[in-house]
Amino acid sequence: MQITVLLLVLVGLTAAGYYMGRASAVRAVGGRIAALHSVPAYYGVYVALWAGLPAFLLFLVWGASENWIVMQMVLGALPQNMTDGSEQSLSLLKADILNIAAGISTGREPDPVVLAAAERYNMLRALGDWMLLAIGSALAVAGLSYARGRIAPDLRARNLVERVINVFLVGCSLVAILTTAGIVLSLVFEAMRFFTVYPIFDFLFGLQWSPQTAIRADQVGSSGSFGAVPLFAGTLLITLIAMLVAVPVGLMSAIYMSEYAPPRVRATMKPVLEILAGIPTVVYGFFAALTMAPFVRRLGESMGMSVSSESALAAGFVMGIMIIPFVSSLSDDVINSVPQSLRDGSYGLGATRSETIRQVVLPAALPGIVAAVMLAISRAIGETMIVTMAAGLAANLTANPLQAVTTVTTQIATLLVGDQEFDSPKTLSAFGLGLVLFVVTLSLNMIALRVVQKYREKYD
Amino acid sequence: MSIQTRTHVKAAEATNPQAAAAPAAKMVARDVKVFYGAKQALKGINIDILENKVLALIGPSGCGKSTFLRCLNRMNDTIDNCRVEGLISLDGEDVYGRRIDAVQLRARVGMVFQKPNPFPKSIYDNIVYGPRIHGLASHRDEMDEIVETSLKRAGLWNEVKDRLREPGTGLSGGQQQRLCIARAIAVSPEVILMDEPCSALDPIATAHIEELIDELRENYTIVIVTHNMQQAARVSQKTAFFHLGDMVECDDTEEIFTNPRDERTQGYITGRYG
Amino acid sequence: MAIARPGSYYLSEGYAARLRARYAAEQRFKAYGIAAVAAAAVMLVVLLGTIVGQGYTAFWQTQIRLEIHFDPAEIDPQGTRDRSVLATANTMKLVRDSLAAQFPDITERAERRALYDIMSSGAPFQLTRMLLDDPSLIGTTRSVWLTASDDVDQFIKGYISRDVPESARRVSDLQIRAVDALASRNAVEKQFNTVLFTGGDSREPELAGIGGAIVGSFLTLLVTLALSVPIGVAAAIYLEEFAPKNRWTDLIEVNINNLAAVPSIVFGLLGLAVFLSVFGMPRSAPVVGGLVLALMTLPTIIIASRAALKAVPPSIREAALGVGASRLQAVLHHVLPLAMPGILTGTIIGMAQALGETAPLLMIGMVAFIVDIPGGFTDSATVLPVQIFMWADSPERAFLERTSAAIMILLGFLIAMNAVAVLLRKKFERRW
Repeated sequence: MQITVLLLVLVGLTAAGYYMGRASAVRAVGGRIAALHSVPAYYGVYVALWAGLPAFLLFLVWGASENWIVMQMVLGALPQNMTDGSEQSLSLLKADILNIAAGISTGREPDPVVLAAAERYNMLRALGDWMLLAIGSALAVAGLSYARGRIAPDLRARNLVERVINVFLVGCSLVAILTTAGIVLSLVFEAMRFFTVYPIFDFLFGLQWSPQTAIRADQVGSSGSFGAVPLFAGTLLITLIAMLVAVPVGLMSAIYMSEYAPPRVRATMKPVLEILAGIPTVVYGFFAALTMAPFVRRLGESMGMSVSSESALAAGFVMGIMIIPFVSSLSDDVINSVPQSLRDGSYGLGATRSETIRQVVLPAALPGIVAAVMLAISRAIGETMIVTMAAGLAANLTANPLQAVTTVTTQIATLLVGDQEFDSPKTLSAFGLGLVLFVVTLSLNMIALRVVQKYREKYD
Repeated sequence: MSIQTRTHVKAAEATNPQAAAAPAAKMVARDVKVFYGAKQALKGINIDILENKVLALIGPSGCGKSTFLRCLNRMNDTIDNCRVEGLISLDGEDVYGRRIDAVQLRARVGMVFQKPNPFPKSIYDNIVYGPRIHGLASHRDEMDEIVETSLKRAGLWNEVKDRLREPGTGLSGGQQQRLCIARAIAVSPEVILMDEPCSALDPIATAHIEELIDELRENYTIVIVTHNMQQAARVSQKTAFFHLGDMVECDDTEEIFTNPRDERTQGYITGRYG
Repeated sequence: MAIARPGSYYLSEGYAARLRARYAAEQRFKAYGIAAVAAAAVMLVVLLGTIVGQGYTAFWQTQIRLEIHFDPAEIDPQGTRDRSVLATANTMKLVRDSLAAQFPDITERAERRALYDIMSSGAPFQLTRMLLDDPSLIGTTRSVWLTASDDVDQFIKGYISRDVPESARRVSDLQIRAVDALASRNAVEKQFNTVLFTGGDSREPELAGIGGAIVGSFLTLLVTLALSVPIGVAAAIYLEEFAPKNRWTDLIEVNINNLAAVPSIVFGLLGLAVFLSVFGMPRSAPVVGGLVLALMTLPTIIIASRAALKAVPPSIREAALGVGASRLQAVLHHVLPLAMPGILTGTIIGMAQALGETAPLLMIGMVAFIVDIPGGFTDSATVLPVQIFMWADSPERAFLERTSAAIMILLGFLIAMNAVAVLLRKKFERRW
């Protein structure tokens, strides 16, 4: 409520600042606009920025830290013995306070101390919001009047405004870096926590994956086993199957489309491949699980083979379909960037079209095609929904495509879906897997992008 | 066979009748018209290409000389909306006819392009590419022999004989162009078409190629498109002047350069336009 | 010497044979190409065909007409007409009484229960809603179309065959008899399934809809759009127009390209570890989903926007600078408007990507079973693809058809978005 009011106040003051700034700039030179350093609108924007920006930054900072500050204050007021416990009990306590504060029943009679803490929490938050409203509005008014006071004909308003915009632009381009940093830090940090409870060597080279840990310490089989080799093997198997489908089909269609197809065929088939690329992965997953898997199973059985209902073949095949357009569009680019002069050279010697393609165009395009395949592999390794829906959870270490296997992404998804304790090794292991996934796909991408760039330079 | 026939092209009437006594024509073009879509690029060309002679095609940019050259081995087939009318024959046989196939024709009428375009393969593989696809040689020894002979004829052997396995793209521009000529020779063509083969080269490399063209004349019939009139004068025995899709005149090179019949030709060779 | 034999070799019969073989190889190669393209097209057709074939029936739902007597003694014995009384009235009994009256011969308890099961468990709520809308119904008898259970629905649609033994199908002989009897009185009808579009999630297929998921997707995409477009366009402007060429900008560039290829599930891990754990944002909320998807689509938008900016020829910038504009003015007033169609196209494609994305949203808890339609950015919500994922897991036959229908709707949205992008590109495409 207060936040909405604050935002409305800010919008109002910013708009007012704009008009006031513009008007007072015009007034300052008695209407002779040419005497101003900048166009009047810049004085308006200048005042508006002073009115809106500081308060908005305050709002952002408060919004990001409010929960944490208030919780620290609430916990600080609780008796020492309650907050002294382990990290786990502390997070439980926090969750209780939050739930009660939000009016969600925790299912058991709450401790009066916790109840009081929850009330205090709500009170502090309300107080915080009011303070935010008050301080924010004050800041906005102060900024507005300061900026208005500074308006003079020789104030270089445009330069000042442009400097702010420039800072904003730089900040936005840093978001990408921050995202990468956030990914790396969160993965490394959580994975390190996992490796303190489970040795990294056993994780990377262990042959047994059974992440089921007991909730209570006295339960049987309380320590899960996190040897990830079956997952890596499963991922590779499915990726291999996908590539066996996607690379020949994708590459041959790219060749056909760029070297043979008459313009009208190209105009109709390109969108077809684009549609294939635009279908969400969950749809492929649905198709793999409910159509392809039973089909493969029946087909196998009719040939007297026993096929798992979650066979790697079904998932891999459908993933291959998904990746066809990826391979074909990348290869298409690469093939098209092979200079026509090489083709002419080959035709001029009396080579047929296919001889030219196989012996001149493809060897020339090879680096680019290899890079395309690497990007496709990275895509296949990172793909989640198809395998989650169609490949199952059985961590078999097998090379038989008719059996069920599981993959890295499937395990990440299943380990983290649903209510899990955030600190259990089971949950943390997902971050270990995530780190491996990130490192592998990133390396593939980096190498592939480097190769593509080198390749482009060669023919540009 | 009469080499010059009367056509609507004014210049043809002025052609030196001496040509009729010259050696047999390897290739003959009669009323060749080329269209790119609706646009007409050649307006009825008549030329005889004499055996073991160098014919130079000159003319300002966009006059159709490259287009005509590419008709001779049907390289225009690879361009989507290109249409060729008229008759072009090789040893009396219509190259657009049913009995000749484009692939076979291009083996017999080789081509060297404006920009050196060696394949991204080794020097050796560049040369054997053609013989391999045409089945000219099957044994290693034969291949080696073809490579050596072709490179020698192209005057490149001494420079590259120790690095045949290195990529052809690593050679200098002039060497690359000679490699492309060697590559064309390797399939044993009867005619070699050269589309401004020296335009991307420095003067020394150009001199090399020009010398080479003169030597090749012994064994091959050569048609060369060039922008450079001195080059045409140096290397060719016959010269044809193209202008705006017409062949204005075709005669002995000396005649063209010393005594042009048509004022357009005169204007061009004296540098008034082009 | 091999080379000295021109001409004659190419005219020989041996060469002609060789040429035939080469052309045969040529035809084969071309055929592989056609086969590959055809295979891709066939796979698309099979995929879409399967989904449409399985899903189109979900747009109709079997309804059964019952004579309902709104018995005052059952609904409102005191006659207060108080809304709270009406809201808790035992409307289930009204449904059951009506069925029992139609089939007086069915008396045995288990059989009665089977009979009652032909109606959806949502049918009584339909009556309650009618009562609340119009209390004057009390005391009257009306014939009302009520939703049939999913099993009856599947039976009517022909997915459950009456020829298999009773033990092997989910509809009993008795239920089939009852439905047949009702059908012979024209009391069974397939009607347009509005619940599919307006309803929230439910454990009962006949009551489940994607209304909640559509709203959730909308809210999530709104957040994504609001974040990724300004940031993405600003970053593109900086990188394309202002950034000096140095190691830092190179790093940013490489970074963006790589970020575009990071598996989407990794963004989910980021969201879980940073937004949920560190910042304590609410689970399952559109605002977090939108944030995660914004980070994910950012590279797409930056790359597309940069391409659009790059396509504007430098002469435009020079012209603006030449008349005394600052570099920023040149970009904002002249270059950006010209690049706008391209940026917009990239944005739509990025949004389409975000709309179809599932994996990262699983990580941040948008996979919860949520019945209510979300009302705000911090409410628990799910999105269309995640709804599809959850329904795909449900064993009921009726969910299979609903999942396919939901996929058709999702694809409809995606096709519409892409069509807009294509139209924009066509309309504003300009070559300099």
